[in-house]
Amino acid sequence: MDTRTFFLYAVAGVVLFGIGFHGILFCRNLVRKVLALNLMGAGIFLVFVALSTRAPSGTPDPVPQAMVLTGIVVAVSATALMLALIRRLYRETGFTELPCDLED
Amino acid sequence: MDSSGWAVGSRLGAVLIAVIVGLVGYAVWTFPSEFSGLSDHAIAELQHAGTSNPVTAVLLNYRSYDTLLEMAVLLLAVLAAWALVGGGVNEVCLVSEVSNPVLRGFVRVMTPLSILVSAHLLWLGDHAPGGAFQAGAILASAGVVLFMAGIDWSHKLPAWLERVLLTIGLFAFTGVGIVLMLTGRSFLEYPPATAKWLILMIEVFCGVSIAAALVSVFLGGRLRSRQTVLKKGS
Amino acid sequence: MDIFIWLFDLTVCAVMVLLAAQSLMVKDLFWAIVSYILFGLSLALVWARLGAPDVALAEAAIGAGLTGALLLTTAAAISQVTEKH
Repeated sequence: MDTRTFFLYAVAGVVLFGIGFHGILFCRNLVRKVLALNLMGAGIFLVFVALSTRAPSGTPDPVPQAMVLTGIVVAVSATALMLALIRRLYRETGFTELPCDLED
Repeated sequence: MDSSGWAVGSRLGAVLIAVIVGLVGYAVWTFPSEFSGLSDHAIAELQHAGTSNPVTAVLLNYRSYDTLLEMAVLLLAVLAAWALVGGGVNEVCLVSEVSNPVLRGFVRVMTPLSILVSAHLLWLGDHAPGGAFQAGAILASAGVVLFMAGIDWSHKLPAWLERVLLTIGLFAFTGVGIVLMLTGRSFLEYPPATAKWLILMIEVFCGVSIAAALVSVFLGGRLRSRQTVLKKGS
Repeated sequence: MDIFIWLFDLTVCAVMVLLAAQSLMVKDLFWAIVSYILFGLSLALVWARLGAPDVALAEAAIGAGLTGALLLTTAAAISQVTEKH
C-alpha cells in the first residue's frame, strides 16, 4: 500500500475520532451520544487498519485486522447495553436527554 | 450553572478536543511508513494453525483468549439487556403488524438464502474471508428481518433452548480448552493435526451463539418473544 | 489509473467524514440514524479498500445492519411512548 493512501485513511480516522469526541461532549440527546461513541470507535478502528497496511511484503498485517473484528463485536455489545439503559431510563423517568442547565 | 459558565465549559471542551485530536494526529504523522508488525510471525506459523486464513488463525488460534472473552462480553450484554428491558417483542414489530404481503413473500425467499450464505461463510472462513462472526451476524440479520416483516418466529421457543443457544458458544470454547488441558497441553493450545476440526467446531457453536445473542439484544434481551404483547399492540 | 484510485480514496474519505458529521448535526433523530447506517456502509467499503475483507463483511452485517436495527428500534420505543402520553 502506497504511503499517501495510508496517511489519508489514518488522518480520516483521526478526524472521525474528533467528530465523535465532540459529539460525546456536546450532544445532549443520549441516543446521539451513543452514535458519537460509535463514531469515535470507528475512527480508532480506521487508524488501526490503516496501520496494518504498512507491511513491506504487501499483504496487510492480520493481527490488527483480527483485533478490529473483535472490537466491532464488542462495540455492538456496548451499544446494545447503552440502548437498553436508555430505554429503561426513559421508562422510569421519561427523559432521553440530559437536563440542560442553561435555563436555571 | 449560568450561561457564562456554560460558555466557559464549552470553550474548555473545545480546547480539550483540539489538544487530544492534535496529539493523536501528531502520533499518526510520526509513524514510520513501512512496518511489518507481527505479520511475518503470523504467516510463518500459518501451517501449524489449522487454517489458511491468517485472520481466522489470529482470532481462533494465536489470540483465542480474545475471542473467548468476547463471547463472554456478548453474553453479558444480553444478560444486562434482559435485566433492564425484560425481553419480549420490540416496537418495530408492532409498527410493522400491518406489513405488506410483498415484504412477507420476499422475506420468505430471503431467509433460507441467508441461512445458506451464513453456513457457506462459516465453512469459507477456513481459507478465505469469512468465519464465525460474519456467519453469526448474517444469521442474526435473517432473524431480525423476519421480525421486521411481522413474522414472530421465536414465541414457541422453549426457555431451556433459549438459554442453551445463548451460552453454547462460550461453553464449547471453554470445554475444548479444558479438554486440551486434560491431555497435557495448555489452555486452548490445539494440536496441529486436529486444529482444523477443533476450530471449525468452536466456530459453529460460537456462530450460533453470536446469532442468538444479536437477535436477543434486538428483542430487548430475550430470544423468546412474547406474543401476547404483539397482539395487544396491534 | 493511479490518479483515479487517489480520487476514489479522497471521495470515500470525504463522504465518510461528512456522513459522520451529519449523523451528529441533523435535527431529526431518525435521519441521524439513517446517516449513521450509511456511514457504516461507506466504512465497509473502506475496509475492503484497505485489504481487510473479513472486517468489511463483519462491518456490513454488524456495524451497519444490526446496529442500525437496534438504534431504530430504540428510537421507535422512545417516540412511541411519547405519542401515547
